[in-house]
Amino acid sequence: MWYFIFRRTAGFVATLFVVSAVVFSVMNILPGDPALTILGLDATDDALAALREQLGLNQPVLARYVSWVWNALQGDFGISHSFRVPVSELIAERLPMTVSLAVAGMIFTLVIALSLGIGAAARHRKVGDWGVMFISQIGIAVPAFWLSMLLVLLFAVKLRWLPPGGFAGWSDPVAAMRSLVLPTIALGVVQSAVLARVTRSSALEVMRQDFVRTARASGLSRRRVLWRHVLPNALVPIVTIVGMQFAALVTGTIVIENVFYLPGLGRLIFQSISNRDLPTVQALVMLFAAIVVTANFVVDLLYVVIDPRLKART
Amino acid sequence: MTRRLPVNFILGAVLVALVVGTAALSLVWTPHDATQMAISNKFAAPSATHWLGTDQLGRDVLSQLMAGARNSMAVALVAVLLGGSVGVALGLLASALGGWVEDGVMRLADLGFAFPALLFAIMLAAVFGPSLTNAVLAIAFINIPVFARVTRGAANQVWTLDYVLAARAAGMNRFAISRDHILPNIAAAIIVQATIEFAVAILAEAALSYLGLGAQPPASSWGRLLSEAQTLMYIAPQLAIYPGLCIVVAVVGFGLLGDGLRDMSDPRLSRER
Repeated sequence: MWYFIFRRTAGFVATLFVVSAVVFSVMNILPGDPALTILGLDATDDALAALREQLGLNQPVLARYVSWVWNALQGDFGISHSFRVPVSELIAERLPMTVSLAVAGMIFTLVIALSLGIGAAARHRKVGDWGVMFISQIGIAVPAFWLSMLLVLLFAVKLRWLPPGGFAGWSDPVAAMRSLVLPTIALGVVQSAVLARVTRSSALEVMRQDFVRTARASGLSRRRVLWRHVLPNALVPIVTIVGMQFAALVTGTIVIENVFYLPGLGRLIFQSISNRDLPTVQALVMLFAAIVVTANFVVDLLYVVIDPRLKART
Repeated sequence: MTRRLPVNFILGAVLVALVVGTAALSLVWTPHDATQMAISNKFAAPSATHWLGTDQLGRDVLSQLMAGARNSMAVALVAVLLGGSVGVALGLLASALGGWVEDGVMRLADLGFAFPALLFAIMLAAVFGPSLTNAVLAIAFINIPVFARVTRGAANQVWTLDYVLAARAAGMNRFAISRDHILPNIAAAIIVQATIEFAVAILAEAALSYLGLGAQPPASSWGRLLSEAQTLMYIAPQLAIYPGLCIVVAVVGFGLLGDGLRDMSDPRLSRER
């Protein structure tokens, strides 16, 4: 088992390095002068030269990459051109927003998807099952940003129950939670639809096995068998998907924050694109990619915990 | 005995025919010029001349949706063809050569999963400015690892079959076998995947265009129509409804068609689910 964990950790670190190299190359080596991109076509030669000096563009590419990675490892992502503060400060300010949204979306997804998926499996080939399958088919096809707009139309414009967007900070926790309700639903629905289907088919697979029949025959209630015996055994495929879904939720916040005007990293990345703030975009893209890679790594490790057979084999 | 077609295949085919037909029709005919403005006639209600009314600039909504269908289909087609060809080629190569080449290609594919289309499009937009070409490239890029994996998995199975062994014994080289024997036998799996990826590509294009990273004005795109409608939600909520419905119809259509094709190519699967 330790060998397995060591190998996966080494792979994880290697992947992060390659990802950083890809991000750096796309942002720095592709044709085009970053200084010109940032300052625009009407910049003076002196200003361009000064910015090139500040960005270290006069150094060889490899040296720039090494110093970027070295500094990033110490939490230094350079200075943002548009905000004129360290990028790490911008990230620290906005990270809580993005994380709260992603975590809320994940909880929403798990609660909805596991209940619907197990419920549908329990009613296999009955109306409830078909209903869940139909709703999830539609749920997968609905773009999150359109769902957001529909939710705003209904709950903010028509019913006026919830705010249409914006976030006033955590000083008023009730108001803060209220502004997160619609974004959480919009973010979670698509992932719930996907996960509900996986949960259903995985549970159906387990329900066919002998030990489930034995458990029922020994007098355990249907509900107890479903939640205590079927669900734990159906978890392996579910966890694989959940890991990928957490990654999808985190990148999904980029879209949702822009629909609801929430001050998180996703909104920052778009402000930085329109301000041509390359160091900030580069840091944020790296951060998001790192979260995706980390989520997959954690799933790999979780396998060993969930499926003891893997422990013996590896 | 005729085999009954799966329900999802029929439903999917009808929806896809509707969307593709509309897109094709828009090439030769739309009720009005999709970009023709008439400010005096803005926010017109549905009528005999404007079936779905007009938008904030007096443009015909139906014509814009039709033009949007054309753009969505074009983007999805180019992106899936581009990413699919590269991915299939890499998958075939990995399967044919095995060893470190296979390992290398599969690790590269893993890496591709670290970059959702949105992140890739953001990088391209930051460096080159937002454009439809960058959106297509970003969507094509995320298709490469998907197709590489599917192709390699399916191809590895075919490589173990007797007739491939016979072809090798007859002295055919690995590339010729890949082209003449492997590819035709895994085509079904690739077509199924392509249909599903088509749906994914439509969603991705809509999201990128909505965020301003895809189609640029005056090009019509369902995603862009939605982003324009967002600011007008209090005045004209209907403008936010139609483009979204079009996206859902197209995505459900291609999704069902893909599922149906898979059920037909492997009947065991349809019984399982």
